[in-house]
Amino acid sequence: MLDYIDKIKEISERLLKDCSVEMVIGFRKGTLPMMNEPCFARTPEDVGQFVWDSNCGINLANYLTDRKERIGIVAKGCDTRNIATHIIENKISREQLVVIGVPCKGMIDKHKIATLFADEIQTVTENGEKILVTAGGKETPLNKSDVLQKNCAVCTHRNPVFYDELAAEKVEEQQDVDRYADVQEIEAMDTQEKWDYFESLLSPCIRCYACKNACPLCYCPTCFVDEAKPQWVGKGQDPTDVRTFHFLRAFHCAGRCTDCGACERACPVGINMRVFTKKLEKDCFEQFGWEAGMSLDERPPLDTYRPNDPNDFIK
Amino acid sequence: MNLMEHMGIESDRIHFSWISSAESTKFVKVVKEVTEKVKALGPQQHFKKNDAKVA
Repeated sequence: MLDYIDKIKEISERLLKDCSVEMVIGFRKGTLPMMNEPCFARTPEDVGQFVWDSNCGINLANYLTDRKERIGIVAKGCDTRNIATHIIENKISREQLVVIGVPCKGMIDKHKIATLFADEIQTVTENGEKILVTAGGKETPLNKSDVLQKNCAVCTHRNPVFYDELAAEKVEEQQDVDRYADVQEIEAMDTQEKWDYFESLLSPCIRCYACKNACPLCYCPTCFVDEAKPQWVGKGQDPTDVRTFHFLRAFHCAGRCTDCGACERACPVGINMRVFTKKLEKDCFEQFGWEAGMSLDERPPLDTYRPNDPNDFIK
Repeated sequence: MNLMEHMGIESDRIHFSWISSAESTKFVKVVKEVTEKVKALGPQQHFKKNDAKVA
């Protein structure tokens, strides 16, 4: 994946030089290992900062909301699906965008890698399928496939769904993955076990809202958690309020979530809140045959009526 | 509703029904069913905030 960068830079530079876009959104190296940050290149010179490696897990569609200028955007498979969702929801228009599609081989899980080492991690470099981690002065090689983000390991849409430019040859999609193994595991529990599972899952939550800030779907000018009149949910650390926040946020993402993993990646305490959104993603797939962001022409299941919509739950 | 059930709320606590204003008998039937099912489960322990303790 490292070799994509030359092509990304070349395309971005060309777009900025011929003024077909006013800015290109990509990634640059962050100040900490495994923390690439968004980079907004407005001049061809800025493009020099761009990087591409296995730490580009942030979903850049998040930075497109209500933008008025013409934008070039570096987009993985999941990013393009979120861009499609943005277009469907009138948050940006297709004509404004030049999508630089990047076929993706998965991003690495910084939480998982951090837990593998007792010392602070100084550098993380990669070479094909090998990840080289330096912690406490010692180098340790890891297999990339062992430290993939959980959503990347079961991803079936690695290639951009739509694009104007492509940074590399398309990659092979994963075929034999059980996308919903984690959801099924919870479904098999009894009611009390389920409750306890989520209770312990959310117990470290500090309500920092990093998950909703990283999520490209969470673009409401005022989130329900910030409203005071009426106050929908308490603002403290009460477990009921914490649960209400995660649970309602997941519902707001129903039929829109692409399982890009940005929420989990952003969490400072490493909560896998994807188990909420993933359940809704599974339901949408099973009940409506819907996968978010796969087309620019199809309306999502929550704003269309079909006579055969499942309605067994209404008595 | 599936997500409610998924995170540990008993499905018998959640009911959906479509009742016309002319369907009084159906209304009574549904209300009876709902109360019976909820009574069988007993008081809800989860998703409930207790009043702050005042000394």
